Amino acid sequence: MADGPTVLDVRDLKVVFATRAGEIHAVNRVSFDLKAGELLGVVGESGSGKSVTMMALLGLLPSPPAEIRSGQVLFEGEDLVTCGARRLKAIRGHRIGFVFQDPMTSLNPVFTVGFQIMEPLRRHLGLDKARARRRAAELLDLVGIPDASRRLGDYPHQFSGGMRQRVMIAIALACEPRLLIADEPTTALDVTIQAQILELVRDLRRSLGMAIVWITHDLGVIAGIADRVMVMYAGQVVEMAPVRDLFADPRHPYTRALLATVPSVRGPRADKLQAIDGQPPLLLAHPAACSFAPRCAHAAGSCAVANPPRRPVMPAHEVACVFDMARARPAPVLDVAHG
Amino acid sequence: MAEPSAAPAAAPLVSVRDLKVHFPILSGVFRRRTGAVRAVDGVSFDIAAGETLGLVGESGCGKSTTGRAMLRLVEPTAGTVRIGDDDITTAPPGHLRRLRPAMQMVFQDPQASLNPRMTVMDIIAEPLDEHTRLSRAEKRDKVLDLMDAVGLSADFAGRYPHAFSGGQRQRIGIARALALNPRFIVCDEPIAALDVSIQAQVVNLLEDLQARFGLTYLFISHDLSMVRHIADRVAVMYLGHIVEIAPRDDLFAAPLHPYTEALLSAVPEHDPAAEATRQRIILTGDVPSPARPPAGCAFSTRCPKVQPVCRTTAPATVVTAPGRAVACHLVAGPAAAGSVGAS
Repeated sequence: MADGPTVLDVRDLKVVFATRAGEIHAVNRVSFDLKAGELLGVVGESGSGKSVTMMALLGLLPSPPAEIRSGQVLFEGEDLVTCGARRLKAIRGHRIGFVFQDPMTSLNPVFTVGFQIMEPLRRHLGLDKARARRRAAELLDLVGIPDASRRLGDYPHQFSGGMRQRVMIAIALACEPRLLIADEPTTALDVTIQAQILELVRDLRRSLGMAIVWITHDLGVIAGIADRVMVMYAGQVVEMAPVRDLFADPRHPYTRALLATVPSVRGPRADKLQAIDGQPPLLLAHPAACSFAPRCAHAAGSCAVANPPRRPVMPAHEVACVFDMARARPAPVLDVAHG
Repeated sequence: MAEPSAAPAAAPLVSVRDLKVHFPILSGVFRRRTGAVRAVDGVSFDIAAGETLGLVGESGCGKSTTGRAMLRLVEPTAGTVRIGDDDITTAPPGHLRRLRPAMQMVFQDPQASLNPRMTVMDIIAEPLDEHTRLSRAEKRDKVLDLMDAVGLSADFAGRYPHAFSGGQRQRIGIARALALNPRFIVCDEPIAALDVSIQAQVVNLLEDLQARFGLTYLFISHDLSMVRHIADRVAVMYLGHIVEIAPRDDLFAAPLHPYTEALLSAVPEHDPAAEATRQRIILTGDVPSPARPPAGCAFSTRCPKVQPVCRTTAPATVVTAPGRAVACHLVAGPAAAGSVGAS
């Protein structure tokens, strides 16, 4: 799945917000890449920098207060950080599509759904009205909205939440983008509707072969659709691994704690949930030490001294931790295997 | 009224019978009543003392309205709610006020449910001001005890809600709910607004407090995995009706109602290997409007197992096993089973 050409290559991206309380270091030297046809899941809690990273690379952060302090965002070889606003505008909605969390507010209530799907088609592809309309009806049909050509004349409020999210996906897909960025696209939806959207994305991926970045805090969603997973904490990537490795053999203490904290609807039921004590830090400076150390069960003296760089622990599996939690399951306190 | 469906083993603390909440639809110049949103349309259940009943369902199914109507934060249209020996639905205002200390609520959004202009001390002391005659010093001691019980440092008593994180704010809301030593607490999506790593902290706190103070919870949530963790029994709502109620393990191991089955199947698993092979039931379409519910079974428009009878006749609630009841034409109960609810 992931042997296509590299579509997106983000290197050392750093984003800082100027606030009255001082600078907030929201994204701290984030690097990742994405191949054609690949789905990268991005997991993290609110404030971990996952949305800001994606907004920054789309050039959608208001500046000020936001500032991209360093780094490169290479999209098909072109640096989006330096290419300028006009060029970005031509790429956004054309070769990069995006879907945001809230389908209630991301559609314009005073335009018909048809108009909003036709807009990128006319603007980026230069289609005339009739052809744009035909294509818009095809797209609505593609995302599973029944009676598509009639519904083009409806306004967003005439659609349910799940339907609106389908419309957002149709808009994002309108120009057949090479890259789709989906920021918590199912978080505002009910589980049965989420299941419909996930099924739709699985199908579309197969048929369209685009690269997808899927941001979520729901580990179950990630397990079901991602090829690779990037775990973020306090504006940094703490672990990056193929999806099966991440769930079967998480190596960063934060990933392990996060996986342990979420109960399951199937399988054995724990009597007591494992909570992660404390809260994520406020990022008032570039982290000089491991940001997770204050909440980490394994923290040692060295964690407070230096910020561990990301390093490979297995093929395609990278971790930013001085320890390697390999196979160190929570249970074995006694060291049974001596030699 | 027939025997309660799916009664818990112990004597119930809370008992709800045929509760209905219909919101009028007004239209035209004279705001005439032209219809009703049947948000809750005849639900019955019991909650035993010390038990946690999970109430699950999708948005708009009426689960929050049920919780609010039980505390008379919205007026029920019909039905009865009893907490202990008191009938909540018919209590006149003065009497209701005296009953309030026993029944409290923890709200979903800790941002919106705390007054930003009051200190934590004042917020937690407000129920004490309203319902008790404690002296200032006694109140202060009580608030500090409560803060300690929910894991907030006493140093924070003078601070305002904005200085706290979401998880800490929810602790303040819980401390306020506990101030009057309630017996029954409705927790309305108490963790939905919190981050994953904080959710577990709050759920553990709720469990600890339940063990310590013998609390009875109605835990309203759309998060099935959390409900499986915290609830003893689970009721599943769809479009104003309880379609299935069962002990937790039975419900999650073998759901009987097709909606419960689809709902459980829609929850993704934290296991890529299992996800790759798992059979999913993908429901088509959306939940119908509670202003125009379908004839017959409410779920008939989306049910993968729908039969002709489902479109014409509402199914009766059938007790299939002790503590377990289902409202579905496809599920047959023991021959002489008592049934409750429908028609």
